[in-house]
Amino acid sequence: MPKGRIVAGLLAPHPPHLIYAENPPQNEPRSEGGWEGLRWGYERLRADLAKIDHDAIVVLSPHWQTYVGWHFLGVPRFDGLSVDPIFPHLFRYRYGLDVDVALAEAIEAEARSAGLVTAMMRNPDFRVDYGTIVSCHLTNPAWDKPIVSISSCRSAAFYNIDVMQAQAVALADATVRAIEKSGKRVVLLASNSLSHRHFTSEGDVPEDMSREHVTSHAQHLWDMKIVNMLKSGRTREVVDILPEFSSQAIAETDAGSFTWMLAALGFPTYPAELYAYGTVIGTGNAVMGWFPKEAP
Amino acid sequence: MTVTMGLIVPGLPHPVLCPDANPGYRRLADAYGRARELIAAQQPDLLLVYSTMWPSILGHQIQTLPHPEWVHVDELFHALGSIPYRFRIDAEFGQRWKDAAIVRGLDARTVAHHGFPIDTGTVVALKLLNPDNAIPATIVSSNIYADRAETIVLAKAAKDALAAQGKRAVVVVVSTLSNRLHTDWIDPAADAIHSAKDEEWNQKLLEFLGQGRLEDVAQLSRVVQKQIRVKKVVSFKPMWFLSALMGANNRYVGEVLAYEPVHGTGSAVVALTPTVASLGDKEFDEEDVERWIGNREVLDAPPRAGLADAADDDDTDEVPELPTAAPVTVAPGVHVAASRAPKPVGAYPHARRVGDLLYLSGVGPRQPVTNAIPGGPIRYDDGSPRDYDIAAQTRATIENVKAILEESGSSLDKVVDVTAFLVNMDRDFAGYNAVYAEYFTDVGATRTTLAVSALPTPIAVELKVIARA
Ligand SMILES: [Fe+2]
Repeated sequence: MPKGRIVAGLLAPHPPHLIYAENPPQNEPRSEGGWEGLRWGYERLRADLAKIDHDAIVVLSPHWQTYVGWHFLGVPRFDGLSVDPIFPHLFRYRYGLDVDVALAEAIEAEARSAGLVTAMMRNPDFRVDYGTIVSCHLTNPAWDKPIVSISSCRSAAFYNIDVMQAQAVALADATVRAIEKSGKRVVLLASNSLSHRHFTSEGDVPEDMSREHVTSHAQHLWDMKIVNMLKSGRTREVVDILPEFSSQAIAETDAGSFTWMLAALGFPTYPAELYAYGTVIGTGNAVMGWFPKEAP
Repeated sequence: MTVTMGLIVPGLPHPVLCPDANPGYRRLADAYGRARELIAAQQPDLLLVYSTMWPSILGHQIQTLPHPEWVHVDELFHALGSIPYRFRIDAEFGQRWKDAAIVRGLDARTVAHHGFPIDTGTVVALKLLNPDNAIPATIVSSNIYADRAETIVLAKAAKDALAAQGKRAVVVVVSTLSNRLHTDWIDPAADAIHSAKDEEWNQKLLEFLGQGRLEDVAQLSRVVQKQIRVKKVVSFKPMWFLSALMGANNRYVGEVLAYEPVHGTGSAVVALTPTVASLGDKEFDEEDVERWIGNREVLDAPPRAGLADAADDDDTDEVPELPTAAPVTVAPGVHVAASRAPKPVGAYPHARRVGDLLYLSGVGPRQPVTNAIPGGPIRYDDGSPRDYDIAAQTRATIENVKAILEESGSSLDKVVDVTAFLVNMDRDFAGYNAVYAEYFTDVGATRTTLAVSALPTPIAVELKVIARA
């Protein structure tokens, strides 16, 4: 069996607004569109992903929040209704998804043996978090690949972001080891936005694009600094300044997902593919991809 | 009395799902049972639940689906099992509360969607306190950005809605004391509070609560958040909410029904019942806010630079236009903070209604938002005297009085009595008197004018007004 490998690492933010704007059959509320820049970016990402053979998608979502360890979905199939707790008026989504339980168990076992606190989530009544659902839908709306979903251990809130980053790097190493042993070709999703200061109010028409803009100039400057560093392959530096970025831009990168993905990719020094940057209720979202070259 | 009892309960699922894994979990479950009896004795119309485990961003959300139904699984303690539920929600009250919150300047919305994720804390509280749905409930989110002012105004909006519907409620806040969990899996039988420091703070809080000193605990909220809480939200808000709903004082009979560790957290069940004899009011050092006038509106906010310019310009008569609130009919005994009037410089409301009369605090000429003084301040920053326009100051003062009266549902022509304070009778009486006459000639209010040595800010005139409500 050939060694498994990561075929792509994607920064795949999860604003439910992007699904709402698209009006897929799974989502009940209807819209008149909106956030096209980000959605067109996701379209191009999907076209690129279609050219890459892969067996599974592993996603780490900031919206499965666990204060005791890193958890892994461990039930083969979930069917349910996801209602966004913050934006229930625009996201009520019927999902059905398959889990690559073998891969999930393999990563969990590697992480546990590396000293991380972990858990397999075996409760069939569990509701999959909306971050996982939105990021997976936007990268693979056909849902024809099994996923592994990993929770965000809230080490940044409990201790500080340095502890979170150290744990995320250890989790990344465990992820790589498990993938290599699995023989599978795997896509990783970091399901997080960049700057994350929301508007605290909303217009009557959520998709009214005349009201959409970044919350502040400072947030914009931070986002552009990060995006430009990623575009020029400076991922390790990004991880180094992530504590400052996360606190000053109230960024969702405090969830560990982004550090985990970049570390699993071995901190790429080649430029990232930038598919889109746009704001959603004032938060900054970049859709970006890294595609490691196959060893000759 | 609209709120007859307050309860503090922890939200972790162990007392529901594994009460026998640890004798402490069983004692917590029993304490919930005791709290259930206390609730029944109150015969409330409503259980009003505020859970720290339901975060929101767009203002506060209030559940209005009449019968939400789901099989709940906690995102962390999923291995303990599932909690099927069907609750009974007072949708009419939720609607009213939302409206009252908006009148008080908050952003609020109702949610009524099947499948909306009700948080573990609310599910646990309602399952254990109201297992047969004997009492309709209302449940509200905790806004992650909201601080004290917004939280107590939300509570006051709930009081408005209770008064409007003539309902009596028991308030339940769902929150542990210290919320630090052990970050590893533990043997439930060996559960213990996360650290000695958390334990000491919990004991202090329980001592206060046991003495019925709710407002004292509320005043400690920020300290408690820093000392024994994970930085998940900006503040330890449930005590603000509960205290504001119950009257912001220390006059309660407090009963600690249980205090146990649950995966390291300080989980207590506490009942607070209003009483007259107690430790009473102590020192309150924060404003009792009636209306949310803070600005987190990032969509339509006027540019900040413009405001700063206006504030620097003493002679400005251009005040940024403020949103005009719908007039509020003020019930007797109610304090009013008028949104179109300048912010008070101390811990007092703009107006207070007693019977059919409205008593206004002293009103000066300062402009709302900018704090600029039309006609200019009476001295420079270094304290040296400065020339100023008494007519402009008087006009601005009367306009402020007018705004406060109108926001309280009254008006200038209902003024009964005016006391005027001037810092320089010789210099200013004529100018003040002429402008006064423009507004009050036909009103027929009695008036007394006094000279005083100083007023609290560099202004020349202040009016104290009593009007018919
Ligand atoms: Fe998010």
